[in-house]
Amino acid sequence: MTFIDTLQSIIPIALFYSAPLILTSLGGVFSERSGVVNIGLEGLMVMGAFVGIVFNLTFAEVFGAVTPWISILVASIVGAIFSLLHAVASVTFRADQVVSGVAINFLALGLGVFLTKQWYGKGQTDMVDQPFYTTDIWLLSDIPIVGPIFFQGVYAVSYVAILLAFVAWYILFKTSFGLRLRSVGEHPMAADTNGINVYLMRYIAVFISGALGGLGGSVFALTIAFNFSQATIVGQGFMSLAAVIFGKWHPLGALGAALFFGFAQTLSVVGSSIPFLADVPSVYLTIAPYLLTILALAGFIGRAEAPKANGQPYIKGSR
Amino acid sequence: MLKKNRFLLLIGLLLSLSFVLVACGTADNEEDTATDTEDQGQANEGEATDDEAASDFSVGMVTDVGGVDDKSFNQSAWEGLQAFGEENGMEKGKGFDYAQSDANADYMPNLNRLVQQNYNLIYGIGYKLAEDLGKVAKQNPDTNFAIIDSVVEGENVASITFKEHQGSFLVGVAAALKSESGKVGFVGGEESPLIKKFETGFRAGVAAVDPSIEVNVQYAESFADATKGKAIASNMYNSGIDVIYHASGATGNGVFSQAKDIKNGNPDANVWVIGVDRDQYEEGEIGDANVTLTSMIKRVDVAVQSVSKQALQGEFPGGETLEFGIEQDGVGVAKTNEEAYTAEIDAAVEEWKQKIVDGEIEVPSTEEELTTFLESL
Repeated sequence: MTFIDTLQSIIPIALFYSAPLILTSLGGVFSERSGVVNIGLEGLMVMGAFVGIVFNLTFAEVFGAVTPWISILVASIVGAIFSLLHAVASVTFRADQVVSGVAINFLALGLGVFLTKQWYGKGQTDMVDQPFYTTDIWLLSDIPIVGPIFFQGVYAVSYVAILLAFVAWYILFKTSFGLRLRSVGEHPMAADTNGINVYLMRYIAVFISGALGGLGGSVFALTIAFNFSQATIVGQGFMSLAAVIFGKWHPLGALGAALFFGFAQTLSVVGSSIPFLADVPSVYLTIAPYLLTILALAGFIGRAEAPKANGQPYIKGSR
Repeated sequence: MLKKNRFLLLIGLLLSLSFVLVACGTADNEEDTATDTEDQGQANEGEATDDEAASDFSVGMVTDVGGVDDKSFNQSAWEGLQAFGEENGMEKGKGFDYAQSDANADYMPNLNRLVQQNYNLIYGIGYKLAEDLGKVAKQNPDTNFAIIDSVVEGENVASITFKEHQGSFLVGVAAALKSESGKVGFVGGEESPLIKKFETGFRAGVAAVDPSIEVNVQYAESFADATKGKAIASNMYNSGIDVIYHASGATGNGVFSQAKDIKNGNPDANVWVIGVDRDQYEEGEIGDANVTLTSMIKRVDVAVQSVSKQALQGEFPGGETLEFGIEQDGVGVAKTNEEAYTAEIDAAVEEWKQKIVDGEIEVPSTEEELTTFLESL
């Protein structure tokens, strides 16, 4: 197996592994940058996965091959609306944001499984007929060397996720909207005195995080799981949250962190068939992702600093 | 403030995580059947008359957190119980019933409730109930119990296990005959003696047909990590493996999704998945094609029916460990994919099946037995 072959077997796997994490962690970045801690990412992913699958199962015959794309769009809208619960509780009613986020996790899973039982009469849905399939990306896949490694046999949504990370970076750091959103998370009172509507900004941020969380969950369901059950989303939301912190609350940092998780996990799977890793006992390969994460967090990333007002409800007029 | 915040965050994380873990397998069955039948059951006690022998006898089961419609062993057990009830003119709530467990903490109360309702025979479905069932059985020596997939000591407990290695052997034979590349794969959930039975049986079956076929074995170390299953499958198919047998629960979803993805890109691709526990034909459907070659089926229903029958006839096998293998129809092979599972494969599988039944070969269930088996070939 040559080096290029090795890359060719690792990178497509790392990409589909990372895509849902990238999307969801971007949602986390938006929410936390505005000062709202979002533990509920897991629940938003569950909601997204549930809606994505149900929509796909119901409308597969109507929309044909574009069904998965419409499914993730609908899932992201429902995710956004669902996340408003978190916004109402934590922004308007100043509830503890962590508690509210946990409630979102409870609610989404309970609701998803309950409705599955009601609508389908069993503990899990059927598998969808119109999931995402891998493709060769038009034109780019013809580039020698780079093409086969990065653009053949990959999911188009993976690249949508990566693209969205750059869009998120542009919005947060290059537009006045982004500046306002960040200022609300750093020093809401200063923002308020400058005429920025703190509550509205936080509502918008949570709304966006819901949309991206729903997107992440539905992409996971339609690329990997293909059906919905209580075991579909187990911990991916928390990994995304870790990617937010690992990426220092920066969209591109979160992108890098999510890709890193995917890459490390892939290595543990593919490792046994890579020549220079073949002799390593599989136990070490299995623990490698976690070890690498600890090392990266401790050694290379440096101190991760949260937005100053993260987790604090804003009370107008208070100092 | 920041410090406190972090602390809260940590607690929140831990709480949510523990919830997620607990929720794994929780089936929010909000139906009122459980409580309804409780009332019915109590009412029946008084009404029960001695019209016929069967009316005296009642049998109940406690599901594990998968719930009675889990498409897996709980459902299969319930189907067995229903079939038994039908045979003996019983109705749900009158003679046979189930109690649904939504969390691990429900096992004990559910078992005790059935005991109080004077059920003669009570099943615990799944190894998760073993400990609680052992305790309840000790406290209620007059009631008979049976546990699936585990062994519990006690004069009034029958332990029901399956010879998964035999079924795995047969699908191994099918895999070896189907493979064109000379390489097949096995994806396991968590590495444990139980899943090891699947692995060794499969490897033995493959080797029995052609010892030169390579078997690549990987464990996902989880029964609910579809991503890992997909990654492993992707890597296996990339390396030329064309048949994968999975014994990994929901992790196997990833294996199916990867096989279907390859099939979608190239309809002529020779990629196959072998399902586990029940016929996973539906999971393999993609358009008009199907990637499910066959499945190793565990007939929990057969076991439940047979033990119930024995108990009804007053021959309850208390204190015994029953092993349901091919001889008792306890494990088997799905033949639903007629296109892929050719007559030729079927004939070979039947031939080996006969050899196992006749005792000509002893299918290995541990690594040591496998080594001896491979040497004897």
